[in-house]
Amino acid sequence: MVVPADESTLLAALRSRDEQAFATLVRTYGGRLLTVARHLMRDEADAQDVVQSAYLNAFRAVDQFSGASQISTWLHSIVVNTALMKLRAKRRRPEESIDALLPAFLEDGHHVEQFSEWNTPADALLERQETRRAVRTGIDQLPESYRVVLILRDIEERSTQEVADALGLTPNAVKVRLHRARQALSAVLRKTFAPGVTS
Amino acid sequence: MTCREFADFIADYLTGELPPAVHAAFEHHLDVCINCRRYLKSYEETITLGRRAFEDEDALLPAVIPEELVQAILASRPR
Repeated sequence: MVVPADESTLLAALRSRDEQAFATLVRTYGGRLLTVARHLMRDEADAQDVVQSAYLNAFRAVDQFSGASQISTWLHSIVVNTALMKLRAKRRRPEESIDALLPAFLEDGHHVEQFSEWNTPADALLERQETRRAVRTGIDQLPESYRVVLILRDIEERSTQEVADALGLTPNAVKVRLHRARQALSAVLRKTFAPGVTS
Repeated sequence: MTCREFADFIADYLTGELPPAVHAAFEHHLDVCINCRRYLKSYEETITLGRRAFEDEDALLPAVIPEELVQAILASRPR
């Protein structure tokens, strides 16, 4: 991605409705935004719809964008929120609780579950073609509000603050959701990669 | 420190954000509790697997916006 050398110049051109500026905005940042949308939507047509809707929202909101953050951060936030709206519109049932995927504890604070050794390191597992597919299937099983945080933090590598700003959460809420998402994903993946659990 | 508390502190332990006394208690529990050692290991491996979950898909669909989508976006821009 070739980032415009001067974002303030691009922003000024957008505000003056310069046609070339809009094309620059789409061509410069669109590829990366499409990748984010693909991770969130898991369907190419939906991902492209999200990017198109997000850009329309951005065009309408450009006069309100202060320029305090980078253009890429601003657009990323719009894509995330557009994706979330589309996911909620598609969801037919209320989001399931994550509790069933979290570890259970006895009254004395010990785990209910006895864990097996994780014998094959993740790096070695990733040499197998089917591993990533299994991991993505696991991620897809997470409740949406946890899945989105996991994707934005661990896969998109956005900061806690960026994710908090994009989702309208406190940074602590993002941290808690990320931790629970990882715990839940770990429970799902242990069935495949560290089986033999007893309780 | 109980196993429940240990599980709650994992994320902050991995980012180095535990206060010294809690860090010491966490590491002591790690020494004495094999079940929590295994739990921490699965948590860490999960992070690694999660971070690389989309690498193959992303390689097949590069981060380039298709020209048809560019044109659709520009054509639908409100005037």
